[in-house]
Amino acid sequence: MPTVDLAKTSLRELNHALHQLKNGSNETAWEVINPKGSHAVAAGVDQPVQIDVRGSVGYYCGGMNDGGAITVHGSAGPGVGENMMSGTIVVKGDASQYAGATARGGLLVIEGNASSRCGISMKGIDIVVHGDIGHMSAFMAQTGTLVVLGDAGDALGDSIYEAKLFVRGKVKSLGADCVKKKMHPKHIDRLQKLLDAAGVKGVKPEEFTRYGSARTLYNFNIDNADAY
Amino acid sequence: MCGIVGLFLKDKSLEPKLGELLSEMLVSLSDRGPDSAGIAIYGSGGGKKSKITIQSADPKGDFAGLDKEVEKAIGAKVDVIVKSTHAVIEVPTDKVEAARDAILAARPSVRIMGVGEVIEIFKEVGLPADVVKRFDLTKMSGTHGIGHTRMATESAVTTMGAHPFSTGPDQCLVHNGSLSNHNNVRRELKHDGMTFETENDTEVAAAFISNKMAHGDNLGQALEKTLTDLDGFFTFVVGTKNGFGVVRDPIACKPAVMAETDQYVAFGSEYRALANLPGIEDARVWEPEPAKVYFWEH
Repeated sequence: MPTVDLAKTSLRELNHALHQLKNGSNETAWEVINPKGSHAVAAGVDQPVQIDVRGSVGYYCGGMNDGGAITVHGSAGPGVGENMMSGTIVVKGDASQYAGATARGGLLVIEGNASSRCGISMKGIDIVVHGDIGHMSAFMAQTGTLVVLGDAGDALGDSIYEAKLFVRGKVKSLGADCVKKKMHPKHIDRLQKLLDAAGVKGVKPEEFTRYGSARTLYNFNIDNADAY
Repeated sequence: MCGIVGLFLKDKSLEPKLGELLSEMLVSLSDRGPDSAGIAIYGSGGGKKSKITIQSADPKGDFAGLDKEVEKAIGAKVDVIVKSTHAVIEVPTDKVEAARDAILAARPSVRIMGVGEVIEIFKEVGLPADVVKRFDLTKMSGTHGIGHTRMATESAVTTMGAHPFSTGPDQCLVHNGSLSNHNNVRRELKHDGMTFETENDTEVAAAFISNKMAHGDNLGQALEKTLTDLDGFFTFVVGTKNGFGVVRDPIACKPAVMAETDQYVAFGSEYRALANLPGIEDARVWEPEPAKVYFWEH
């Protein structure tokens, strides 16, 4: 198992080595030590390899991930998993703002709290946060699922499209066009699968409330013409 | 961008290392802003003695013989410690105003960087590592300090446009962000007698807090008022003689991480700045909440 010590090896060398991996490579388990808040750790991974990062990372860890299984044994700075395509990222600690922003696929699990703008403009990713999320989360979220075991901050799901939001705790306020919705059996199923995938135990899907788009912003309303 | 750091020590045994720790924190954030850098250190002394930190474009010419001239003008002993383009002038506390006037009368071209019983401020154009070296900041001891590395957005890259800004005795502020109503606020503060050295938005924030504190607010109350009266993006870290405060605007775009142990409270724009602090592995590390005032006092 390759171990890369970022106190001795440059970040560029680490990411270059990860980008050189070919399909079927035997180097399937990597360990990164001494990240000390470095930016873009394991960004752009496109092979199904396991990467364990021992410590806290800075901006954009696992950005653009396409198939990698990345675990951060610490906290993550802004933009963890930004634009992820597929694969898994698990953050054992907290995540800073815009976790999973614009991501198109894969699973992002944050075992602590996520900050503001979690899942902003998400386009297919599934995000499970064990703790709370901050304000303006799922802003303009297009598709995918955001699951929050704790509370959500102000303006959840502002200008949301078709993403599904499930919150177990309190929501401080809903953003424009985001409304509470009924849980159907297919939502219970979907939620159970995500809770299982995220390693959540002892929590039932029925404890969550579903939120989504009221779809009133989809088309221009002539009654609002005076507002422009 | 911009990078800001702050360190407030609870454990006296770390005081000799304050300059070293704070310098390392600041240098780690160099790529957040290469234009200029500065540090304010709250050091020893106080009480009967006060410090005036001045800066000159011609340190050799301006600082030579200044001690004698100020002594003559104020009738008291004066110590001048020159550090590159800056000099720290130690004077009796009851003669601070007279000394300040005497310095400006004798050397009209020097700039006052800060005044107080314990504060010393050093800031210059250039990378944090160069600024740290120029002023020998790693050797400084103290109880708390704040630092800034600047990527200029609002006003010119000059020594006076660098942070920290000090607008009141033993007070200073560093800022990441930009204010949109600073011209209006500056005008209001001028009406109330505040004076300004630059057109910089951050100086307005510093003066706003100094003004509120001069009217009787404590640090926490003054910081609360920034949330209602200042418009724009900001993460502020503020130092006072015995205090240290942090506040972020309600949108909180500008990054911030804090850490607390039995030995210190630390602030960094990013975790990188905190990563080498002693005992960080076991520290409580968190992101300060938007629109929430945090402050600590000795």
